[in-house]
Amino acid sequence: MAPADVVLQKLFKKLPRFVGRRSPQETVIVSSPRRCVNDFSIRVATVNGSGSQTANLVLLRAIFQSGVPVSGKNLFPSNIAGLPTWFTIRLNKDGYIAAKKRVDILVAMNVETGREDVLSLEPGAVVIYDESFALDGVRDDLIFYPVPFDMLVADISRDVRLRRLVRNMVYDGVIAGLLKIDFKQMEVALNKQLGRKPKTVALNREALDLGFKFAVENLEKRDPFYVEPMDKTDDLILTEGNTAAAIGAMMAGVTVVSWYPITPSSSLCETLIGYLRQHRIEKDSGKATFAVVQAEDEIAAIGMALGAGWAGARSMTATSGPGISLMSEFAGLGYYAEVPAVVFDVQRVGPSTGLPTRTAQGDVLAAAFLSHGDTRHLMLFPASTEECYSMAQEAFDLAERFQTPVFVMSDLDLGMNTWMSKKFEYPTKSLDRGKVIDAKALEEIGKFGRYRDVDGDGIPYRTIPGDDMPAFFCRGSGHNEWAQYSERPDDYQQNVDRLARKFETARTWMPAPVVEINRKASIGIIAYGTTHWAVIESRDQLWAEAEVHTSYYRVCAYPFRTALASFVERHAHVYVVEQNRDAQMLSLMKLDLPAVLTTRLRSVLHYTGDPIDAQTVTDRILIQEGYRVQKTGAIQSPLPRSAGVGGE
Amino acid sequence: MARATTPQSPKRVNRLGLKPTDYRGSKTTLCAGCGHNAISERIIEACYEMGVNPDRVIKLSGIGCSSKSPAYFLGSAHGFNAVHGRMPSIGTGSLLANRELVAVGISGDGDTGAIGIGQFVHLMRRNVPLVYIIEDNGCYGLTKGQFSPTADLGSKLKTGVVNDLPPIDTCALAIELGATFVARSFSGDKKQLLAVLKAALSHRGTAMLDVLSPCVTFNDHEGSTKSYAYAKDHDDPLEDISFVPFFEDITIDHKPGTTQEIELHDGSKLYLKKLDEDYDALDKMQALRVLEETKTRGEFATGIIYVDLGRDDFVTLLNLVDEPLATLSEDRVRPPKAVFDEIMGALG
Repeated sequence: MAPADVVLQKLFKKLPRFVGRRSPQETVIVSSPRRCVNDFSIRVATVNGSGSQTANLVLLRAIFQSGVPVSGKNLFPSNIAGLPTWFTIRLNKDGYIAAKKRVDILVAMNVETGREDVLSLEPGAVVIYDESFALDGVRDDLIFYPVPFDMLVADISRDVRLRRLVRNMVYDGVIAGLLKIDFKQMEVALNKQLGRKPKTVALNREALDLGFKFAVENLEKRDPFYVEPMDKTDDLILTEGNTAAAIGAMMAGVTVVSWYPITPSSSLCETLIGYLRQHRIEKDSGKATFAVVQAEDEIAAIGMALGAGWAGARSMTATSGPGISLMSEFAGLGYYAEVPAVVFDVQRVGPSTGLPTRTAQGDVLAAAFLSHGDTRHLMLFPASTEECYSMAQEAFDLAERFQTPVFVMSDLDLGMNTWMSKKFEYPTKSLDRGKVIDAKALEEIGKFGRYRDVDGDGIPYRTIPGDDMPAFFCRGSGHNEWAQYSERPDDYQQNVDRLARKFETARTWMPAPVVEINRKASIGIIAYGTTHWAVIESRDQLWAEAEVHTSYYRVCAYPFRTALASFVERHAHVYVVEQNRDAQMLSLMKLDLPAVLTTRLRSVLHYTGDPIDAQTVTDRILIQEGYRVQKTGAIQSPLPRSAGVGGE
Repeated sequence: MARATTPQSPKRVNRLGLKPTDYRGSKTTLCAGCGHNAISERIIEACYEMGVNPDRVIKLSGIGCSSKSPAYFLGSAHGFNAVHGRMPSIGTGSLLANRELVAVGISGDGDTGAIGIGQFVHLMRRNVPLVYIIEDNGCYGLTKGQFSPTADLGSKLKTGVVNDLPPIDTCALAIELGATFVARSFSGDKKQLLAVLKAALSHRGTAMLDVLSPCVTFNDHEGSTKSYAYAKDHDDPLEDISFVPFFEDITIDHKPGTTQEIELHDGSKLYLKKLDEDYDALDKMQALRVLEETKTRGEFATGIIYVDLGRDDFVTLLNLVDEPLATLSEDRVRPPKAVFDEIMGALG
């Protein structure tokens, strides 16, 4: 808990005003098994490398196709095979898709974690498990469904490996049978997931069918959970943020991509490579309108992106924390020599190697000031897959407009997990290639000086090699407005002051925040990125549990708009909710806000590596507001102590 | 290009109608007598004589004395002074952005052999089409004379400190890594260096040139193995090089068996007249053996050490469209709505 939380909790301990109660979504029933439809969560515990991801996505997709809002979060180890992994599907008829602490249905397929997984459940939860694990003796307040997986898969194939793989599809069948998911939807989802492999589809369909029939014929339904068709996913898509960013980059006309593999950003470039090969090879010539290089490290990756940006290409790289650290020196060069490039930072848990497969918003300060000296970078904060798509495009426009690296701050939860979204829209704006001069522009501005502030907005004009316009010498060493080497104090100061002016200009060009003012609210909430989903659910909880009104300001970019100050000014307390230990966004805001307003800022911080959930936000805000909140149970991570050993 | 259309003066001009002075840069700020200045002079001559269009040239460098020198030649060309040891990545990116550019990269022995060895290694592997020149003086000049990784075993600093680590032979390393054009020369050998530079400009792929370039201030004393005196005494040319550019109709007669003739990618011809050994610049094993043998003798072999004409350069390997990627029109880089709808359909 953050120090601020502790202090406030002590302060208000003696003044209980309200005892929080659980929200309806969190309430589950043991004694009165009323039906619980389309509002629960399923966690599948498996061993990584066992091929369970396909089964999990088939289940997710089948629920999605049934019209029920759904989200899927994969909690996986930094390992290839043999360590525990959990996939959690949340269905919510009201459309909440943030992480949820409570698990209602556990599918226990990992003997190593089975006992601990069962112990972590709340009373009334359901356990579907391999009967050989004998988990039903562990507790007597849960609903157990043993499944004889070995027996069921025995007839499918003689191949041991195949049997192991199709076990996953058997649990899908059992779940579908128990929850009354339309079997047809399971089949459609299976085809969608494995469509290109008819043999595999047939085999998996058989497994699905076996599980389904077993559940229907042998399991007496004792739990309240049902999936019933709705119409809330019509015209929506299911995708990951990294896929969305890849589509955005392609639609933005990216031409040079340099990258170095690192979780959780690798799938961004890999997906992009797939799309580019499909859609950016010209039919007539069979030649590519793009270049992709897997670099030797992240230093080379950003170096190539900057080289390409300097030479006029739309260039990008994608990385995560450790790569960001390595890119530091070049990022400063990009800022100071004014070279465009787009850097996707799919954040994971640091410091150092940290938790490579867990999510965080921990690179905010590092990216904002990446490199030595007075360096500042433009950042975008996508909260959804849709914004990964749209901001990828904006990033390229901004990079060229402002001739500087632009950081798109995604995270593992957004990048690698599966999210519902509206269909993306085909771009309507033309590419903004920024102030690249041609002969006509040259005539208008007179003499070309690479770093001259002709327009008073801090953004100079540039030429690119090979364009027959006047050349200049691009350098990271001191330079004057003619791009000549200079160590003169006035040249240096004028140049960095102009860079600051350029940064000011960027304020109004960057995407505006999404602000929702509630006139009755004395509390404001600020969030960004994936934290958004927990916050919107929490705001409803705050109202439902304590009748607390809130306003909301979602940051989409840095530098911040001036609207930030007026938002803070409107509210007595403003909670900045983020997924890091050190309140990085709050710290950044303190640098911008008038000192008198900074005392209104408070923090809600979540940094376990798991995606933030709404109840955590609600409880932390209520505590700081002086409410006494019922103990919600320890922050629950399903990870046993032994897991995670095994390195990267 | 504006300059090419100006009326030609009766003075000396090249095939583009450009004068030697059109290839000059700003005044050097390096020490008088620095080998790097001689290399800059040869680059100017080579580009002039080859009729290289300065508007298509990009000059690239890292950090150090050597890396300052791109400012001192081809003043009308674009330049990029990158961070220490990372010029190869800047070069790779810019050549992917615009495949029509002619890239000349200048590095030093510290910039390449120490901080930049990683990027050097991968540049050689990729065969990115650029001329990569190491201005090699065995020491860090700009930080006042510390040893670099190419300093020879037993070589002595002015302060008396003796180098006790073996040197990196950038030529042998480059050959090992798959480099397709490897040469070594000496800033004091005008004729050889000029021929090597012209051949390098005619090669499509990475042309790696290690040029001994004595540091008059920190490494030109008795006991140094990178001094002018030492270099003159221990330079062991492999061949007598004649270079005939593709646009000149000259043939050089030679007795059978005395001269190796190599036609470079642009049609220019190299005539390598054999000296004491029957040297074959297309033979990788011989190249590595000769480098090792000369090193053992305390000498250094110079000339065109190795050429591989068979490997595709990186741009070709990536199968890029003929035009520069940087300036492709929007309709060629943004897929049409039908494609987009298909992608959305697949995600629904």
